Amino acid sequence: MLLEIAVFAPLLGSVLAVLLRASGSRAGAVWLSVACMAISAISAVAVLVRHLVDHVTMHDVALGAWIHVGNFVTPWSLREDTLSLVVVVMVSVVSALIHLYSVGYMAHDRTMPRFFVYISAFTFAMLMLVTANNLLQLFFGWEGVGLFSYLLIGYWYDRAAANAAAIKAFVVNRIGDLAFLIGIVLIYAQFGSVSFNQIFAAVPQIATQKYHLFGASMPVLDVIGVLLFIGAMGKSAQIFLHTWLADAMEGPTPISALIHAATMVAAGVYMIVRMSPLMSSAPAAMGMVAVIGGATALFAGTIGCVQNDIKRIIAYSTCSQLGYMFLGAGVGADSAAIFHMVTHAMFKALLFLAAGSVIHALADEQDVRKMGGLWRKMKVTYATMLVGALALAAIPPFAGYYSKDAILAAAYANHGTAAMFGWVCGVIGAGLTAFYISRLMILTFHGAPRGDADVHAHAHESGWMMIVPLLVLAVGSIFGGMALDRPFVGAGSATFWGSSIVPPVASVLPLSMPIPTWAADLPLLLALVGFAIAYIFYVMRPSMPGALAKAMPGLYQFLLHKWYFDELYDYVFVQPAKRLARVIWRGADDQVIDGVPTGLARWTTDFSVQIGRAQNGSVAVYSFVMLLGLLVLLSLFLVMR
Amino acid sequence: MITLIAAAPILSLLIWLPVLGAVIIFATGDASEASARSVRWVAFWTSLVELILALGLLAAFDSQRTGFQFVEKLAWLPHAGVSYHLGVDGISLLFVVMSALLTPIAIVASWREQRRVRAYMAAFLLLEALTIGMFESLDFLLFYVFFEGVLLPMYLIIGVWGGEQRVRAALRFFLFTLAGSLPMLLALVWMWHHAGTTDMVTLMHTSIPAAVQDWLFIAFLLAFGVKAAVWPLHSWLPDAYGEAPVAGTVMLAAVLSKMGSYGFLRFSLPMLPQATLYFAPLMLALGVIAIIYLSFAAFAQTDMKRMIAYSSAAHMGMIVVGIFTLTVEGIEGALFQMISHGLVIAALFLCVGVLLARGQSRLLEHLGGLAVRMPIFATFLMIFVLANVGLPGTSGFVGEVLILAGAIKVNFWLALLAGSGMVLSVMFMLVLVRRVLFDQSRSSVVLAPPDVGAGEWLMLAPLAVLVLVLGIHPDALTIPFDRAVHGLVQQTGGALAMKADLHHRMLAMVTR
Repeated sequence: MLLEIAVFAPLLGSVLAVLLRASGSRAGAVWLSVACMAISAISAVAVLVRHLVDHVTMHDVALGAWIHVGNFVTPWSLREDTLSLVVVVMVSVVSALIHLYSVGYMAHDRTMPRFFVYISAFTFAMLMLVTANNLLQLFFGWEGVGLFSYLLIGYWYDRAAANAAAIKAFVVNRIGDLAFLIGIVLIYAQFGSVSFNQIFAAVPQIATQKYHLFGASMPVLDVIGVLLFIGAMGKSAQIFLHTWLADAMEGPTPISALIHAATMVAAGVYMIVRMSPLMSSAPAAMGMVAVIGGATALFAGTIGCVQNDIKRIIAYSTCSQLGYMFLGAGVGADSAAIFHMVTHAMFKALLFLAAGSVIHALADEQDVRKMGGLWRKMKVTYATMLVGALALAAIPPFAGYYSKDAILAAAYANHGTAAMFGWVCGVIGAGLTAFYISRLMILTFHGAPRGDADVHAHAHESGWMMIVPLLVLAVGSIFGGMALDRPFVGAGSATFWGSSIVPPVASVLPLSMPIPTWAADLPLLLALVGFAIAYIFYVMRPSMPGALAKAMPGLYQFLLHKWYFDELYDYVFVQPAKRLARVIWRGADDQVIDGVPTGLARWTTDFSVQIGRAQNGSVAVYSFVMLLGLLVLLSLFLVMR
Repeated sequence: MITLIAAAPILSLLIWLPVLGAVIIFATGDASEASARSVRWVAFWTSLVELILALGLLAAFDSQRTGFQFVEKLAWLPHAGVSYHLGVDGISLLFVVMSALLTPIAIVASWREQRRVRAYMAAFLLLEALTIGMFESLDFLLFYVFFEGVLLPMYLIIGVWGGEQRVRAALRFFLFTLAGSLPMLLALVWMWHHAGTTDMVTLMHTSIPAAVQDWLFIAFLLAFGVKAAVWPLHSWLPDAYGEAPVAGTVMLAAVLSKMGSYGFLRFSLPMLPQATLYFAPLMLALGVIAIIYLSFAAFAQTDMKRMIAYSSAAHMGMIVVGIFTLTVEGIEGALFQMISHGLVIAALFLCVGVLLARGQSRLLEHLGGLAVRMPIFATFLMIFVLANVGLPGTSGFVGEVLILAGAIKVNFWLALLAGSGMVLSVMFMLVLVRRVLFDQSRSSVVLAPPDVGAGEWLMLAPLAVLVLVLGIHPDALTIPFDRAVHGLVQQTGGALAMKADLHHRMLAMVTR
């Protein structure tokens, strides 16, 4: 019952907000949805505690039937195991905090109740995704979160940029979703089921089967694994399908924190980890996961170093951190991936909410070049954001250190080609992370104010509803790593996860196979170098970054334009698609396919216009034509017999 | 109640009640305004009673039994083997109910029609009688008469009450459909000659030489393909959908297009199994082309109604793919999609009607910003758009995923290409939403339009509820046709058992 409450309370909150909004009670709508979310978070924590105390392996809460056709059987149900419950707690707690924060952040917006309708419904969809016990229900939640992400990116729908970003997010996500759905039906065709337990049980039998594709025959599990991962790439904004995430920052900042940092974008990671019994038997797909993850960790980091919009810097950072999680999943360290997902949810939500607090204080200014000197005015925001930054940069003892370290250690210990590629990318990325986040902190809070003096003078600390969530998340970002290290990836991990995660192959567990000290310490060392460079660039020699950009204009423009992905896609996909659409409509459809019948019609129109004139649309003539047809029929009938 | 329905000749009643309504309207009214008002009410009540009867039929239907139910058989031309033979099975039942559901909605949607109200309402009732008769027919000749008969009221509806280009559109609709169904007439005559009867149940169990099957298949393809707007037989569609009055477009897109896909299921698959297998790759290719080609064509449209028309035709491609996968999943998916598409596309056209009734333009460049002024309308439109792009939780998803589950058993690329509609439909439907609901207002109509009124709630709310309920609880639909589809697949597959191992062929992509 507790799990049902945790999952359905947000839905109730959303529905109540709709009803109360219609009846005109704005405050009621808002606070009721906040209350429902709080109930959800409390129930989620309670159900996780109960699960850990009782040591149940897996429990399925049946809710009813969904699709029942032939062998295609998918019930509505909730899966209760350690993996799903950990993520349920993460989602509902972060969501509850962001609900509270939003009451303060959106206070001046006339449409505030609609905002709460969306984010409560989003939370429900996310929880359905996480607790799904079959792939199709997971897909239900998957598309549901995509929908609310679309609605919330385009929340201020009178802005053209917001609309464009919303559509872009939905379409790019759908490309991934198509691959995901094809993967699901391929699983159905191969396994005869889409339910997790039956899939996992049948993996050994299917593992030997080959699938013919591209004229070659490849293991069917690899094909499935790659398809699922393409779906995950869309949702988690991995390289090639990442272009929507930065534009998604058009949405309100609490949304960037909840959906585009802490929860929805992590759904791809969750799905790959959830499918780990299958993925671990698909070595080629695993290699791809590790390579793409590592590449994204590095690639997004390089872009983050030169962006000027505070939210976009953090967005690229999110992209990069998701890359680390995939790297973990790709080398078989699923528990480390989930560990990083949980710590990331805390410190990244913290960074976004703090950034929101800054933007709020500066009358919607988002350009870091126009900030500076804010730390005296917003001490709590500054302190909490600093905690988030240290956690992100993986400085001990903050949360990110433990989880990122576990991933990189596992990648090094794996020793495969893909894993080593990922490790190198990840280590360089660690340096970049430290650089861009210190750059952000220095430009925002230190030095002299560079923006409008009037705006700066009015900058002030935010109200308690925005401060409390910051403090809670800061506490999590400080202690989360230390507290969760042992159960998640340490000595207690086997009993903690139970059978919900495939136990990692012995060789990738950092515990069982210690890696050389230099390899373990390298990420931290590079992070310190990153700090040092940022300090030199933005505190000691502020002229250096500009000089560097002038010295290497090609590289600077390349990074500033985000590796020209948007331009490339526009040139290769968007413009040709528009041209094709016009050609099909104006050319092919009107001229060729329509040409023949139109000629025929013109020929007969002359005849029928005559009749039309004579009778002027009278029913009689039409009936007459019909009767004629029937007469022909009847005469044929008599002739034939 | 249920025993009463089982005892009464309910299928005949369903055909003749609207005819009676049409006759009453024609016999009693005159051209006055008072008469027009009473005519509307007569039409509405007739269609409402019809709907209640159809729901009774649904309730009395025994989904555990195979074969046809509520069968009525009267001699018509006994020496020629022709009879007045009616019956429904799981496949046709739901189309009867859907026609009965959409007719009252179409009548409510035309409440403001001022021109020739008597003829208009009579035409709609007649259309209802003929479509329902077609779905119920178990005699080929009777089927043919209804199938052709539908043309008459629809032609009138487009030609008399349509938009500016109505005459051209009506004529093309008429010529295309007539030209398409003449080959079917030849097929009818041949089969009649071959079997000595036009009884469809007998025909389903009559073996036909393989060489002839191919010709018959082509004949049926022309007849049903035009109705279902299978690419490249769709070119009448944009004009007819664009020019017909909104209620006419609703019936065209939701019900008449299903006559085609229903025909494939009723004739091509069970009667011509060898030819079906032979032509299946072609049909799958046509379906995939329709999905991709027509989605791109929709993307280029500037007129809201035409964009939805192209989207509707693209979805018909998906239905064709589902049918010709010849798998249980594919065909049930296609059937589900046929119903879902009927509801969703009808609702989308009704939404266009809501805007037209407020003097808004159909051109996307003249709309915008309506989410602020018409929030309830915006919610409805959003629900139907999401169902149209197949979002899980709406009825659109269930059909689509089942069709893909059938398609992947045939071929990986088929599933991927058919699934590409998922991405393409999002492209143009979200542009539509943006242009209509979001952005700044570009409307030339200055006055703030009133939000959805009572009559409009009456048409949109039932459809929205159905779309959502069927998305979450699709069993309500799949249980009635589950047995019929299993029977159909077994019959088609069984006839081929000697010739080719169907399932072996289909799973050829996998080896151990």
